[in-house]
Amino acid sequence: MPDEFDYKIEAKADMAASGTSVPPIDYAPVAERPEQELYHSKSWWTTYVFSQDAKYIGIQYTCVATAIALVGLALSLLMRLQLAFPNLSLLDASVYYQFITMHGMIMVVFFLTALFLGGFGNLLIPLMCGARDMVFPYVNMLSFWVFVLAVLVLVASFFVPGGPTGAGWTLYPPQAITAGTPGNLWGIVLMLVSLVLFVIGFTMGGLNYVITVLQARTRGMTLMRLPLSIWGIFVATILALLAFPALLVGGIMLLLDAVLGTSFFMPVSVSMGELLQTEGGSPILFQHLFWFFGHPEVYIVALPAFGIVSDLISVHARKNIFGYRMMVWALVIIGALSFIVWAHHMYVAGMNPWFGYFFATTTLIIAVPTAIKVYNWVLTLWRGNIHLTVPMLFTLGFIITFLNGGLTGLFLGNVVIDVPLSDTYFVVAHFHMVMGIAPVLVVFGAVYHWFPLVTGRMLDQGLGKLHFWITFVGAYMIYTPMYYQGFLGVPRRYFEMYESSYISTVGLNVFITLSALVVGLAQIIFFYNVIRSVLKGEKAEKNPWKANSLEWQTPKMPPEHGNWGEKLPVVYRWPYDFSVPGADKEHIPQNVSPSEVAGAKVEKT
Amino acid sequence: MFVAFILFLVVVGTLVFHFWSPYWLTPVASNWGSMDQTLILTFWVTGAVFMAVGLFMVYCVWRYRYQKDRKAEYKPEDKKLEFRLTLLTAIGVVALLAPGLIVWKDFVTVPKNAVEVEVVGYQWGWNYRLPGEDGILGKTDIKNISDNNPYGLDLNDSNSKDDIMVQDADLHLQIDKPVKLLLRSIDVLHNFYVPEFRAKMDMVPGMITFYWLTPTKTGEYEILCAELCGTGHYAMLGTVLVEEERDYSNWLAQQITFENALAQNRTIQLAENKK
Repeated sequence: MPDEFDYKIEAKADMAASGTSVPPIDYAPVAERPEQELYHSKSWWTTYVFSQDAKYIGIQYTCVATAIALVGLALSLLMRLQLAFPNLSLLDASVYYQFITMHGMIMVVFFLTALFLGGFGNLLIPLMCGARDMVFPYVNMLSFWVFVLAVLVLVASFFVPGGPTGAGWTLYPPQAITAGTPGNLWGIVLMLVSLVLFVIGFTMGGLNYVITVLQARTRGMTLMRLPLSIWGIFVATILALLAFPALLVGGIMLLLDAVLGTSFFMPVSVSMGELLQTEGGSPILFQHLFWFFGHPEVYIVALPAFGIVSDLISVHARKNIFGYRMMVWALVIIGALSFIVWAHHMYVAGMNPWFGYFFATTTLIIAVPTAIKVYNWVLTLWRGNIHLTVPMLFTLGFIITFLNGGLTGLFLGNVVIDVPLSDTYFVVAHFHMVMGIAPVLVVFGAVYHWFPLVTGRMLDQGLGKLHFWITFVGAYMIYTPMYYQGFLGVPRRYFEMYESSYISTVGLNVFITLSALVVGLAQIIFFYNVIRSVLKGEKAEKNPWKANSLEWQTPKMPPEHGNWGEKLPVVYRWPYDFSVPGADKEHIPQNVSPSEVAGAKVEKT
Repeated sequence: MFVAFILFLVVVGTLVFHFWSPYWLTPVASNWGSMDQTLILTFWVTGAVFMAVGLFMVYCVWRYRYQKDRKAEYKPEDKKLEFRLTLLTAIGVVALLAPGLIVWKDFVTVPKNAVEVEVVGYQWGWNYRLPGEDGILGKTDIKNISDNNPYGLDLNDSNSKDDIMVQDADLHLQIDKPVKLLLRSIDVLHNFYVPEFRAKMDMVPGMITFYWLTPTKTGEYEILCAELCGTGHYAMLGTVLVEEERDYSNWLAQQITFENALAQNRTIQLAENKK
């Protein structure tokens, strides 16, 4: 669209004419390059299956990730039933260990990572940056289909001889590939192949997200005007691009150990009474590689959730996010620090005990920027005008859950307190709160928030509230008691719940399982709500939440292919101009020029 | 109102659960009560922060709930407040970390008079070896493992000869005597954990890991494997008995040395896993 590009000359002329560097009131920076021609699909296949439209790919990612998450959810409910009611003999030990492994890997990698980056990343990045699409639409399409392949390989491992691997999602060798572990022949191979495929697929998508944010923002959309959702996804994607290679390396080496009998991670050892022909490898090296990926992975899931929740809280409290710049820097600092804390997962792994000092210190430092984020969320509510919509409810649930899970991280990060608590249910409770329930609450809040953007219809708010209360309170009741099991020393990953001779936890287990069943079943409400609303939900008005960010300012809702119709939007402000003094409107979208809201006393952004 | 009230119940309910429920740390039976102290300090500091932030949030939800004629405040930043909160948090973090690192120093500094005891983990059980009269454990190598030599002892190492092979499933320790546990595994990762002792450490094939403790209370305690080690992980339990000196000596006298075992051509039996 050449007229867009001409603006550059106009703007320059403007500046020259006024003879000063002070920009005119509606000044927007010049476009730096002409707009690319947009790819248009030509057939049914390239429109609905191998789509190259980021919005559509985002929905594809969301659907596949959600589908596999339902498998993960079902596994967890079966595990909880087995733990609380062993007399039912639902599972045997091998199957139990296979389920914990698959549940963990599915939820962390194939659900949350794929959903936040592939799902929300694709949906939101072009729209919120004011781009027509990702910069590499074809690669984006490939990314999704490689992800599908990875999921299929993972699911296939349920059907191979020996079943899926039961090594725990951490896949620690030697155990992962020796005879005492279920799925040590086929299952582990398929798991590793699936992870390798995932990393390949993710890398293609990830490059797209980062480059689109850096290169394809519309005029006026400076980095410090990006919505925090995009900041969260952007930083998380950079983390993922740097962390996944460690998983790739570890995974391929373990694959070689498993298939070709190399000894990257295999020392001299015995398996079922037989001396193995392995020598010289280091099991701890695998743990370092795994956690070099695994710890940033926590933030790969958490940072997009942080970002999205910041936007939800601001829109629904009708108030600017408090301390935007601090929020951005906190994301960046957390991201950077997340690469030097990995061995806090290994305090009792047998590494040199002096490492403890270093990793305990770095880990506790990360608490500072994280705490700042929590303060700023809560301070955003202060003197706001809080609409208790469903997205806001999920946001509030997130804050309490994350506060709880984050604070318990201070126990586990402080090396000497980790010694009694590591490998107990305290850890299970902590990470489920902080990177399970908390991000999932954000996912739900985000779905309720952006559902009208995607479908043009509203989700039912009554059902949404019911879904929220059962999910939030129920999940809280699942995990809070687990902390106390951990204090008691009940170890995790036990097929038969360990009974402390000090005090029995049988009753607690039954309680936890019943809570889990209620929460699990309550998700039916959500899916019913989604299906019903897609078909005959109330039609949404344009920009139903009165948000400022660009995704709601498209000419049509849901946005069409290319998002913006004839002209790209021009951005004049940050996305948080709510309740601005002097403004005649309650909120000022990012693409409203200063001259349109002359009286508004906005702060410069 | 309803929302604020339920959120209030959740925050306060957490505290109520803590006081009302009977679940808490088991009574400590080693010198690592200091771990409990740092844990409890962290518990109350983080608990106070949880209550403060949680209740503040609940207050905001109640006080600033939507009203038609209310207008939210417009205040993008407050540098002073942000700085103060950052500083306060940093101080809190240091206050939690410093005592933790001091106790960690104790944990990684083994006292000179600690007696060595070897624990060997295998799928799925425990074996124990004491250094015998010379106080030195003989060398081992996983490659030496055979039916007659389940520990993989080096037969050429003279220090091995008086090593005591514990023949039953229970480990005995003498009260108030510091002990350095040398941890080995012959197959996969394991972790030697006794909840009442607090300490734990992974056992890694190809490495000797360790930790130390002083048992401070006589009694019988359960040993748990705390690192996933295969299908039998949950059943990899054992027993440790902390005894007065006389009982301990009696038990020790019944054990045989490696040399005697070889001389009598007795096969050293692996301790039977009780489960």
